[in-house]
This record gives sequence, structure tokens and C-alpha cells, in this order.
Amino acid sequence: MLQIPVWKRILIWGVCALGILFSMPNLFYDRVERHNDALAAVEAGTVTAQEVADEIALWPSFLPSALVNLGLDLRGGAHLLAEVRVSDVYADRIDGMWPDVRDALRDERATVGNVRRMPSEPGELRVQVSNADAVGRAAEVVRQLAQPTQTVTGFGTARDLDVRVDGAEIVVTLSDAERQATDERTMRQSLEIIRRRVDEAGTREPTIQRQGADRILIQVPGIGSAAELKELIGTTARLTFHPVIGTTSDGDQVPEPRQLIHPSMDEPGRYYILEQQPVVTGDQLVDAQPAFDQNNRPAVNFRFNPAGGRAFGQYTAANIGNPFAIVLDGEVISAPVIQAHISGGSGIITGRFTVDETTQLAVLLRSGALPAEMDFLEERTVGPELGQDSIDAGRIAAMVAFAAVLLFMLLTYGSFGVIANIALLLNVSMIFALLSAIGATLTLPGIAGIVLTIGMAVDATVLIFERIREEMRSAKGPARAIQLGYEKALSAILDANITTLITALILFAMGSGPVRGFAVTLGLGIITSVFTALFVTRLMVVIYFERARPKTLLA
Amino acid sequence: MRLKLVPDQTSIDFFRHVRVTFGASAVAMVLSIVAFAIMGLNFGIDFRGGTSIRTEATQPVDIAAYRDAMNPLNFGDVAITEVFDPAFGPDRNVAMIRIQAQEGTESVTPAQLDAVLAALHEVDPTLSFAAVESVGPKVSGELVRSAIIAVTLALAAVLFYIWLRFEWQFSVGAVAALVHDVVLTIGLFAVLQIRFDLAIIAAILTIVGYSLNDTVVVFDRVRENLIKYKKRPLKEVLNISINETLSRTVMTSVTTLLALISLFVLGGDVIRGFVFAMIWGVIVGTYSSIFVGAAMMLRLGVKRDWSKNAADKAGAQFGVKEG
Repeated sequence: MLQIPVWKRILIWGVCALGILFSMPNLFYDRVERHNDALAAVEAGTVTAQEVADEIALWPSFLPSALVNLGLDLRGGAHLLAEVRVSDVYADRIDGMWPDVRDALRDERATVGNVRRMPSEPGELRVQVSNADAVGRAAEVVRQLAQPTQTVTGFGTARDLDVRVDGAEIVVTLSDAERQATDERTMRQSLEIIRRRVDEAGTREPTIQRQGADRILIQVPGIGSAAELKELIGTTARLTFHPVIGTTSDGDQVPEPRQLIHPSMDEPGRYYILEQQPVVTGDQLVDAQPAFDQNNRPAVNFRFNPAGGRAFGQYTAANIGNPFAIVLDGEVISAPVIQAHISGGSGIITGRFTVDETTQLAVLLRSGALPAEMDFLEERTVGPELGQDSIDAGRIAAMVAFAAVLLFMLLTYGSFGVIANIALLLNVSMIFALLSAIGATLTLPGIAGIVLTIGMAVDATVLIFERIREEMRSAKGPARAIQLGYEKALSAILDANITTLITALILFAMGSGPVRGFAVTLGLGIITSVFTALFVTRLMVVIYFERARPKTLLA
Repeated sequence: MRLKLVPDQTSIDFFRHVRVTFGASAVAMVLSIVAFAIMGLNFGIDFRGGTSIRTEATQPVDIAAYRDAMNPLNFGDVAITEVFDPAFGPDRNVAMIRIQAQEGTESVTPAQLDAVLAALHEVDPTLSFAAVESVGPKVSGELVRSAIIAVTLALAAVLFYIWLRFEWQFSVGAVAALVHDVVLTIGLFAVLQIRFDLAIIAAILTIVGYSLNDTVVVFDRVRENLIKYKKRPLKEVLNISINETLSRTVMTSVTTLLALISLFVLGGDVIRGFVFAMIWGVIVGTYSSIFVGAAMMLRLGVKRDWSKNAADKAGAQFGVKEG
């Protein structure tokens, strides 16, 4: 009756052995972490295997080396939740349409008359035609400019522009389908740029995730503060090249329509009046490197992609002798006079820079501008010392909790208590093995979850042992009592744990950050504790019974 | 020597004072709701938005001086409390500063933080920020919503599962016990004005899980005994079931409490509120599975005619054939 086939025994012990094997690296956290970092550095090609041989040798390569990630509250670091202003992009897109609209309508000048852009809400293009009767025809012409929307998966069936007639004016806006497609592109681009900037800063295991329609979650362990992180990702570094119309000393002057006024970076009190439509933008840069100009001043070399290079070449060829402005984040870095036709699509930005500034600027230019501004909705910074304190406190508390429970079980159940305790130890090692294997993050509430699991894991075992004890009282003999004990405790164990698992799943689905970490450890703890209670303790009880042949159990 | 917290055979009549216990629970729930209505919860920034800063300094915390230093910054409602922990020692002085959400910005700006640090440095140059958390009003509103949804969803899912596995009276009993636990926990947090944040929601859901665990174990035995003792009155069957599972109930509560108390004492101040909620939950959860859950069933009565089919469902649905 109490036979457990050999293959089943091997399987059970095998699972336990795997649990121990995969949880072991966490006992040597520092060593394994340095080993892993060294290997990662070799992989990235920054160092050779010989240089870091000592570090690699800290942990044997044939052993598993996956570790539990420590959450920000344990390791220290910064957490940011940003909302991207996706609608900012609509205005840029629509403004970019104006030259095309103008040219298309000019071809029809005979019917529509003169064309004038009117002031409008952002994200809207209002065009007035002098021949009001032909406004329908004008709208038709503009409508032909609409392209199929470009989605991530290819071309959609919808058109990207909505054109309607409002009196003598036609109003051009982005269509809903195009707005959605634009939002999607904006988010992807923002994510990519943030990822590149955070990676350039070289921090360990950052988490950069999209959340919902327009939010991005950024978690960077080890960074000093959320303010630092904001600085790293928030700097827009939007580089544009504009034709210069004139200069002024009045910064409050209201610009003419389609014009901009930007201050000079070097000369206080000097403002440039620029054409709003840039000739080329930083999006078209393919490379930027810190360099020095012919006077040995720090500068930044850049190169355009072919389209940008062509536009830049054409503009410089047509405007020799005119100044053009290099604008960075709303400030004119410099406004050199075009000396010659610049072909080949490369150039140099000079200004009053330090070497550090040019290096920083080159990085920002390389990774590109964020397509839209971001609002920060939530931020959390945990200092590394506080994190270490929490780990230390959590570790001590877990050990004391463990010792107390082990002692209590031993006192209550005697030799069965030993079995329960071994099962408990195996249970905790399996939780850690699973956490490491799935790359889960351990947070402070997660430690609490483990401690709670220690208390609750005992429950399944207790249910069984108490049942065996009861069955012994009805004098059916130890073998029968063990069998009945496991059978009859089963429904209670499963019902009780499934209901707790339901709450863990809901917590996981609804929660964020630390709460989620708690749900993960609680859920895994339930699974492993059911496994150890139903299989591991049973196997051990059976082995004990086979060897000792006791006359009575748990008396 | 074997430790025995509960004798082998007990025959305590748990329902002798059912009016008293039921009444006490009802009164406690009403008081909790009143406390919640009058005093409200001490919501953390997770739920009301704003910024909380944990400062550490080697000099003792002087709350009045901190407040004076921060007054000129015009941040509106500022709450400053000192944090105590036996592990800190004399040159670690910790305070929590909470600033209300500022008009026009979502989370705190670096400039605002710099201003606070500069102002506090005037008071105590050794002061540093150990942790800063800032939640904008937009997110805090969403967090409140998702917390309420999570708790409601958990209760509904559990109600459904128990109803599926048992009879509806069990389900009502279990959920009555859960609501009792959640209400008392919220009441306690209102009375003691302990900070109520996201982690506490996790704790409440865990309490739901734990209390349920306890209730289900008792109910499982009730289900079994209802078949076994077809002719006995319900009250007796319930009493037998609770007595039979008493040893296990006490064992599990004690082990869980042992683990939680060590975490409460040694786990540091950051999670103390969280652990406190769980300790409270284990105590009321254990109480409620007997005195609310089972007592509720006694009130409602339960189907006594378990057909052959139902017996199979009850006893051996998960039974594994020996192999």
C-alpha cells in the first residue's frame, strides 16, 4: 500500500536536487555576481577573458549561475514612470505638411487663387484660398496628398490625413488611424532612445518597459537618484538647422507666423529670427563624435543620412553667403555664414564647449532626440545603504523565523518533525531556485512573502500529520494511517492552496513593483509547498516507515 | 518530551456563546467602520499623491527645526515624523517628511528636491536623503482604483471557487469571515493611524488568502462530517469539525505567527507596518473562520441530504489512487 515506485522516487529526489543546485548560487551572491559580470564584460568585448580570469574563477562555470534579481528597494536605485506626450508629435507632423500643401495648391493657382496659411490650433493646418468658390477643389487637391497610414506591421488601408472645408478655409488634420499609428511609432522610438541612453550610462540590468498606451516604466538599479535618471533620459538634444532671417535684441518680440525667435547660446541679449521650418533635423544624423576644430577648440563632428545630406547639400549650394543657424534645444549654438556648397553630408558644430560638453552632446545627438516630451508621474529613489540595511534585516529575520519554526516543529512532531523540517528547507531552496530560473525580482515585501511561506508551508504538512495522528487513533495500524492521512488531507490542502493561489494571481495581475514581487514569491511558495507536502514528505515518511517499522506514529 | 499545544481530544462547544461572539464581531465591525468614517486612514503617498522623503542624519532629529526650515519653501501640507528602530543606534537618526502633491507638476521635480535638501542642510549638514518617493495625482488615483478592484476581485473569485467546491452557504460563510477580517484590519489602521499604502493592500490580500486557508480547512472537515454524521444536528457537526481541526489550526497559526513576529521585530522599520497588518490578519483570520464563518453557516443552515453523487464530490474529488 505504501509502495512508491523507484522511478517516482528518483523523480522526486531529482526535483529536490535541482532545487538545491539552482538555489545554491544565491548563497554566494557576491562571488557569483562578480563572475557573471566578468563574463558579461568579456561577451561585450570590453575586456579579454585573461584580464578578468580571477573574477571568472570565483565561480565554477559548470554550476548554474542564475541569481535572484534584487529589487530597487534592496539594491538601491531609481524608478520612474513617465508619460509621453504623444500628441506633441501631431503638431510637428502637420506643420511638416505645409510646404507640400502649399506646392500642391500653387500648381492649381489658376483655379484656387492665392494660398495663405492661417493661425490655428496645434495639430491643425488651416489654409485659406483667395478664390473662395474653389475651396472644394482645393480640398480635393490636398486630399490627394494623403498617404496610406504606415503601421508597424506595414501599410494600413486608412489614409493619414483628414481634410475638411470650413468656410473659405480648408483644415488638414491627422486621421484617427494615423494618430494611432503615430502614437505607436512615438512610443517605440521613445523606448528605443531611452534604452540607448540608459545603456550608454552603463548601469546594470535596467528595466525599460512600456506600460499601457503612453507610459514608460524605467528602473535603474545602482543609480544615485531619480533626478540623475531624469537628466540622463530627459535631455532632449533636439538639433535643427534653420535659415536665418535676421537678429534682434528683444527676446519678447512676437515672431511673425512661420517664424521662430531663439536666443543665442554664446552671446547674451542676442536673438535670432529663424524660419520655423528646419532645413535638416537631428533625426537625420547617423553619427556624431566629439572632435576639435582647426583652432583646436572642442567641437562635434556629425554626418547626415543620404536624405539629410542631400537636403543640406542643396540648401548650402543655393544659399552661399547667407547665414544659417544650428539650434540645439531652442538655443542657437552658432550661425555661421555658408562659405561653400557642403556636399557629402558631414559637418562640424563649434561653439563655446568644454571637452566634456562635446562628449555629452555627441552621445545625445547619436541616440537622437526624444520624439515628444515626457511627464514624470511617479518616481522612487532608494539609497544603496537603505537597501543593504533592508537585506541585512530581512536576512536575520528570515533566519530567526526559520529557526523558530524548525524548533517548534521538532518539539511538536519528533521524528516526523525532522521530516517536516527537511521538507521546509527543500521548499525554501526550491522557491529560490524558481525565482532565479525565471529571473524574478526579489523585493522587500517579497522577503516577507517568503517568511510568510515558511509559516504557511508548514500548514500542508501539519494537515497531513494531524490527519495521520487522527487515523492512528482509530487504530488502523501505522501503514493504513499514513495512507489515509495523505488521502484525506488532500482535498483540504488543495482547496486551501488554490484559494490562496487565486489571491496571489490577482495580486500579480493588479499590482505593480514591490506588490508584484510579493505575489510572485507567495505564488511560487504555494506551488513548492504543495509539492513538498504531497510528494517529498510522503516519500520520506514511507522511507522512515520501511526502515523503522514503528508500531505507532505521532503519539 | 513532546510539545502539545492542544490535547488529543477536545470537545469545546464553540457555539455556546454564539450570540456574544457574533455580537462582538458585529460591534467590532461597526466600530471599525465608524473609526474609518471619522478618523479616516492615514493614506501614504501611493494613494493621495505627493512626495515622501526619508532622511538620515548623525545628529538627533529636530522636527520643529525641520519644519521651520521648510516653511519658506511654501510646499503646503508638510508632515514630518521621526522613525525609531532598535537597530539604528545613537548616530542614525531617521525622519520621514511627507509633502503634498504640488500644483502643476506630477512627481517632484529635481529643483524642488534640491531646495528641500538645501533648506534642511541649514539645520543639519550631516543630513542626507536615504530614499525619495513621489507619486503624481494621476497615478495615485489609478492606484486607489486598482487596489479596490484587486480586493473586490479577490473576494469575488474566492466566493465563486468555494461555491463551486462546496455549497453556497459555505461560500457566504467564508466571505463573511473575509469581509470581517478586511473591515477589522482597516478599522485598526484607522484607529492607530498607521500609514496605509500599497504594501498594506498586499498585506490585506494576504490576510484574505490566509483567513481563507483557515476557513477552507474547517469547512472541508465540516463537509466530510456532514456525510459521516447524517443524523446529528448541524451545531454538533460543526463543533466536532472545529475540534478535530483545532490542533492543526493552532499549529499553523503559531508557526505563521512565529515567522511574522521575528520579521516584525528584526525586519526593519520599512516593512513593519506591512508585517503588523499580517500579524493582525492571522489573529483575526483564525478567529473569524470559527466564530464568523462557521457561525454564519449555523445561522444559514446547510443542505443535509448529501446524495451518493455529492458524497463523491465531497470526499474524493481530488483523491489520488494509490500508486
